[in-house]
Amino acid sequence: MPVYFLRRVLAAIPVMLVVAVFVFLLLRLTPGDPAAVLAGDMATPEQLEKIRDSLGLNDPLYVQFFRWMGELLTGDFGTSLISNQPVIDLVADRMWPTIWIALITITLSVIVAVPMGVVAAWKHRSWIDHLVMTFSVLGFSIPVFVIGYLLIKLFALDLGLLPVQGYVAPSEDFPGFAARAVLPALTLASIYIALIARMTRASLLDVLGEDYVRTARAKGLTETRVLFRHALRNAAVPVMTVIGTGFALLISGVVVTESVYNIPGLGRLTVDSIFARDYPVIQALILLTSGIYVLVNLLIDLSYSFLDPRIRY
Amino acid sequence: MAEKTMRGAFPLSTRAIFAKIGIAPLLAALVLTLIILAAVFAPFVAPHDPIYQNPIMRLKPPSADYLLGTDNYGRDLLSRVIWGARVSLVIGIGVTILAVVLGLAIGLVSGFFRVADAIIMRIMDGLMAMPSVLLAIAIVSLMGASIWTVMAAITIPEIPRVVRLVRSIVLSAREEPYVEAAISMGTSLPRVLWRHLMPNTFAPLTVQATYVCASAILTEAILSFLGAGVSTETPTWGNIMAEARIYFRLKPELIFWPGLALSMCILSINLLGDWARDVLDPRMGKREA
Repeated sequence: MPVYFLRRVLAAIPVMLVVAVFVFLLLRLTPGDPAAVLAGDMATPEQLEKIRDSLGLNDPLYVQFFRWMGELLTGDFGTSLISNQPVIDLVADRMWPTIWIALITITLSVIVAVPMGVVAAWKHRSWIDHLVMTFSVLGFSIPVFVIGYLLIKLFALDLGLLPVQGYVAPSEDFPGFAARAVLPALTLASIYIALIARMTRASLLDVLGEDYVRTARAKGLTETRVLFRHALRNAAVPVMTVIGTGFALLISGVVVTESVYNIPGLGRLTVDSIFARDYPVIQALILLTSGIYVLVNLLIDLSYSFLDPRIRY
Repeated sequence: MAEKTMRGAFPLSTRAIFAKIGIAPLLAALVLTLIILAAVFAPFVAPHDPIYQNPIMRLKPPSADYLLGTDNYGRDLLSRVIWGARVSLVIGIGVTILAVVLGLAIGLVSGFFRVADAIIMRIMDGLMAMPSVLLAIAIVSLMGASIWTVMAAITIPEIPRVVRLVRSIVLSAREEPYVEAAISMGTSLPRVLWRHLMPNTFAPLTVQATYVCASAILTEAILSFLGAGVSTETPTWGNIMAEARIYFRLKPELIFWPGLALSMCILSINLLGDWARDVLDPRMGKREA
C-alpha cells in the first residue's frame, strides 16, 4: 500500500508538468509580442519595456520556463496586471464562495443521486427507472445557465421564495448564506446528479446479476440488506470514479453558475480576468483548477482499496 | 442483444419501424433535422433580418409580425434564434470531425507503438486535467475570437477522450490472431493500422462522435454566453442569451427561447448517441439497458 501510494502520487507529477508546459506555451506561443499581449492595447512603450524586462523575454524559452517553474514552486504565481495584487492573494480572497458552493453541490448530488440510481436499478424497467433515466438525459442536455435561469424565474421571481442573486458569507449571516446558496447549488448539481445517478444505476445493474447476490437472496436476506450490504458496496468503485471525472464538469459549471448568480468566487474571477485580459490570473487559475482535479482523482484512486478490499496494490 | 441488432427484417411497416427504433430516437432525429434545415435555409426561413435594429420596436411582446417578440435593439428574436443554429451546428460538426480525425490518428499510433504511447498518454492526461471550458476560454482570449479559434479551442480538450477510446480498442485488438498473422506475413505497419486495426474503432467512434458534437455545441454556447466566443455581432444562441441577461426580469423569453433551441439540439444529439450505442455497441448497451 505505501509503495503504491507513493507511485500514484509520483504519477501525478508528470501530469501537472504537462499542464504547466501547456499553460506556459499558451502565452509564449501567442502570435505577437507577449509583452504587448500582457500589457493590453493601451500600453505605453515604457510599460512594454518594463513588462519585457520583468518577464525576461530576451532569455531563451527554456530558461524562461525553468525560472517560471521555480517561482511557482516557491508559491509565487505572479502579479495581477489589473489590481497589482499577488495572484495568490486574489485567489485566497475569492475562493471561499466557490468552496462553499462546491461542497454543498457535491454533498447534495451524492445524497440525491445515489438513492435515485439505486431505486432505478432495483425497480429496473419500471416507471421510476424511466423517470430517473429521463431526468438523467435532461440533466446532461440542458446547459447549466439555462437551468440556472429557469430556477431563478421559478423560485425567485415567480414564487418569491429565495433571493435572485448575490452572496453572503456564512460567518456573517448564515440564513442569508443558505438562502442564496440553494439555487446555485441546485443548478450546479443538475448535471452531477445526472452523471452519478446514471453510473450508480448501471453499476448496480451489473452487480445485481452476480451469483453472490442470488446467493444472498436465496439465503433469505431482506431485500434492503442485499441491496445495501452486498450490492451497493461492490457497485461503489465506478460511482467513485465518475464523481472524480465529473469534477471537471463541476469546475466548468462553477464558472457559468457564479456568472449567472453574481457570486464573487473563483469562477467570476476567471470571467473578469478574461475581460480584463489579466493573463497571470488566468494562468494561475488554470494551474490551480487542474491541480485540484488531479488531487481529487488521486484521492479517489487511493480510496478504491478501502471500498473494495479485493483491490490491492 | 447482439442478434437483435443483426436482424434485418425488410420490408418494415411504419409501425414496425416505431417499435424497432423507439419513439425517442425518431423524435430526436426529427428535431435535429428541423434544426439543420432551419440553419441551412436561414435566409429563407427567418421572417426578418437577424441583425436589423429597429429602435421603435424595442423589447416588444410576441405579435403576428414578430412571433417571439423583439430584443433590446428591436431585432426579431425568432430570426436570431434561427440564424443562431448556424454557428452551433458549424462548430458542432467542425469540432467533431477535427477531434475524431486527430484523436483517431494519435490513438492508433499510441495504441500500437509502446514508446510513443508513454509520451502521448502523459500529454493527454495533462490535457484532460485542464477544465475544458477554462482552457477554451484562455485559448480564445489569447488568440482572438473568430469561428476558427473557437473551433480549435473546443477541439483541443475533446481530443484526449477520443485518443483514450481508440487506444484502448487498439490495445485489445492488436493481440488478436488476425493482427499477429498480418504482421508475421510482413504486412506494412501503416496497412496493419489502416486495414486491420482502424475498422475496430468505427462503431465506438460513431457513438463517441455524437457525444463530442453535443459537448462542442454546449461549450460554444458557454463561451458565447461568457463573452469569450465568436463576435457579439453574430447571432449565436449563447450571444443572444448573454445580451438578454440584464433584461431577464423584464423579458425572460429572450433567454428561454434560445435556451430551449440549444437544449433541444443537445438533447436530440444525446438521444441519437444513446440509440447508436445500443445498436452499434451491444457490449456497452447492456450495461445501461
